[in-house]
Amino acid sequence: MDILGSFALLLAFLAAVYAVLAGIAGILTRRTLLTKSARNAGMAVFVLVTVAVGCLEYFFFTNDFSIVYVVEHSNRALPGFYKFAALWAGQEGSLLFWSWLLSIYAFLVLFLNRKRHPELMPYVGVVLAGVQTFFLTLNNFVATPFRVLAGPDGAGVMRLAKMSEGHGLTPLLQYPEMVIHPPMLYLGYTGFSVPFAFALAALLGRYPGEKWIHITRRWTMIAWCFQSIGILLGAHWAYAMLGWGGYWAWDPVENASLLPWITGTAFLHSVMMQEKRGMMKVWNVWLVFTTFMLCILGTMLTRSGVVSSVHAFAQSSIGSWFVGFLIITFVVCFAAYWKNRDYLRSDNQLDSLVSRESSFLFNNLILLAACFAVLWGTLFPVLSEWVQGSKISVGAPFFNKVNVPIALFLLLLTGVGPLLAWRKTSFDALKRNFAWPFGGGILAGIIGFIFGFRDIYSLLCLILGVFVTLTIGSEFFRGARVIASRDGTNFFTATGELTMRNTRRYGGYVIHLGMVLVFIGIAGTPFNKDLQKEMAVGESLRIGPYTVLCQNFDHLDNANFESDRATLEVFKNGKSDMMLFPERRLFHASQVTETMVAIQSSPLRDLYVVYAGRSPESGKPVIHAYLLPLIKWIWFGGIVVVLGTGLALLPNRRTALVLRPATERSWADAIAEATPAIGAVARRVEGHD
Amino acid sequence: MNARHKFLIGSGIIVATLLALAYVGFTQSKTYYHTITELSTLQGASLHQRMRVSGNVRAGSIARVAGRVDFVLTEQGRDLPISYVGRDPLPDTFKDGAQALVEGKMLPDNHFEAEQVQAKCASKYEAAPVGTSAAPQPGQTSTGAGARPSGN
Repeated sequence: MDILGSFALLLAFLAAVYAVLAGIAGILTRRTLLTKSARNAGMAVFVLVTVAVGCLEYFFFTNDFSIVYVVEHSNRALPGFYKFAALWAGQEGSLLFWSWLLSIYAFLVLFLNRKRHPELMPYVGVVLAGVQTFFLTLNNFVATPFRVLAGPDGAGVMRLAKMSEGHGLTPLLQYPEMVIHPPMLYLGYTGFSVPFAFALAALLGRYPGEKWIHITRRWTMIAWCFQSIGILLGAHWAYAMLGWGGYWAWDPVENASLLPWITGTAFLHSVMMQEKRGMMKVWNVWLVFTTFMLCILGTMLTRSGVVSSVHAFAQSSIGSWFVGFLIITFVVCFAAYWKNRDYLRSDNQLDSLVSRESSFLFNNLILLAACFAVLWGTLFPVLSEWVQGSKISVGAPFFNKVNVPIALFLLLLTGVGPLLAWRKTSFDALKRNFAWPFGGGILAGIIGFIFGFRDIYSLLCLILGVFVTLTIGSEFFRGARVIASRDGTNFFTATGELTMRNTRRYGGYVIHLGMVLVFIGIAGTPFNKDLQKEMAVGESLRIGPYTVLCQNFDHLDNANFESDRATLEVFKNGKSDMMLFPERRLFHASQVTETMVAIQSSPLRDLYVVYAGRSPESGKPVIHAYLLPLIKWIWFGGIVVVLGTGLALLPNRRTALVLRPATERSWADAIAEATPAIGAVARRVEGHD
Repeated sequence: MNARHKFLIGSGIIVATLLALAYVGFTQSKTYYHTITELSTLQGASLHQRMRVSGNVRAGSIARVAGRVDFVLTEQGRDLPISYVGRDPLPDTFKDGAQALVEGKMLPDNHFEAEQVQAKCASKYEAAPVGTSAAPQPGQTSTGAGARPSGN
């Protein structure tokens, strides 16, 4: 089986190389047969990598401890669920997994577009196959997952060795979310290859029109959605598993996943400038390029251990391969841009500072600033070692100082931007659109201040959050009212109808709403409390409205781990509320101790309890309790973001109403200025898809 | 003054503000990495910077005293006495022989006062490279399990 797996990987590599070469030849000679053959090779890569992945999974499930990767990341008693996930628990498997997900994307792209965009697709195929070639090179020649365990026998000849038991999966990864977090993040990372391929292809092929930008936008949304899920699951996993009461530590690997998300977000906004106004073409192309390169950089940071991190995976020399690939990518992108830069000339200029255009420009400016700050902070230890010779790291205060104001400014733009008209917004329109939401925000701020929301940033976040929510609400309300009065339907049907007619716009609003919820959750941070206490049975501690009473301590044992467990009863305002069972587990196979946090979660606050072990002096168990306000809003907001993205990806529902396409200063624009929602409906025929 | 100029001025203000914030954040949180060997050569102001030092916890050196935990980090035969004064419980992976990374500052008596301790477990076994025996060895390159993120 290991021969089959290795062989499949090698064939996949050859197929990818062939897809690149035949694809280029096909483009140069304009022979459709070659182009078709290159496309088929590109799709074959998917089949071959799937075979390799299947082989590795087969080894995990048959407990074949002659394969090094299986020995290192599994053991017999590991539950099947985690055996499956062990595929991406280490270096070699993760890279194989990368290749596999990329091959799935490539297959879908090539297959779904096999009859479409005949001038564009050959280029797309070549770019995707090029990226695949890089990762398959790693899989085949640098980090092969099918290495067989061998040892010298009596005569000094190498023989196949087989261990009776594996070393087990790192306990930190033995958590259900750990099974979905890496795939989601990897689907994000790999997914950004698709928009990259389309952008580079359109530039290289000077693909006419703005059509590629529609395709690119959709694929970016898909990758962005996965990336969002991945980041939030990672944050939630850190929160629920690491036992430190936080969810984001500005760790290099966390930052790495945030970087392409930020540039992807910037692209999803600035792409509208290109669609509506023919502006920012160069910018957009470079945003897509940058996003892809940041994905590769992120994978490199995660995989090479260049920057030390909690995720500190094995140090390896694989980094230089990534650096090489990044350089090649940059050179290709730059050459393509330089050669075809006349094709990206802007159609329009900025007309007014108070306009939709300028809100997008500011949005992009500060997203890029955030991206740059995070990148700088993450790579600073490496950079300072190069420049000064001493390794200097920067911590959370740096990242928070820069990014919190940025986040608040973004939140402001989230509320302001969508209500500004394209080109120019009059002062009257501003007053009409913003008076109520802004008043509501201020009111919420006053109420919040009275109830103890005293941290300046948190208070601003609350005010802006309410402001944004009200502007979004008013957008839905005004649009739905128009439809309701025209069609005679009730308000809720009209809201649904409104949303389905322009899924991208209203899906976007739902995403914004989700982000508001996430931000409100983050704004709870300054109000965190924690308390650590040695507790014997019968003793209790008080934190906020809760009293935690220690009922019992016991010891559990099973095939995978043994654990010390505390049984705690939680009283709220004197009434028994619920039981919590924080644990410390010792995993047999790896001999690693792991904290299992117990969390009582409510919309207002989480009670987060850690069994921190026994006190060395008194021998009494130590309980560390945290009171963390509003955390739940982050996870809930994340779900809303994902739902919104799903909504935005749906095709628009067609209506019987057909309006004439909007021209410069058409009546549609005039209405849009007065009531943006109707304007959107009127301009629907301009088409978002 | 057209919209383009206004936008550029606005951008300039934003970028300048962010740079100022970044500078403040940077000076507050910059931390130097030093090896134990380097520490003895440091002089003047650089001795009082916030720094990170890594090494292995010398077996048997962990002593829990009221309010703090004392231990010794060793690296290439040189020792550094550490007093951990932070509030957070030490990570599970912090034990004799573990690789530890401490963050804090030097005290005048050549003692290191640590506010944060991260530890990588030395107990995660890595398969021996092909060619040597297949017996497990303590891996130098640990998976970093249990290392506790700092901050917040």
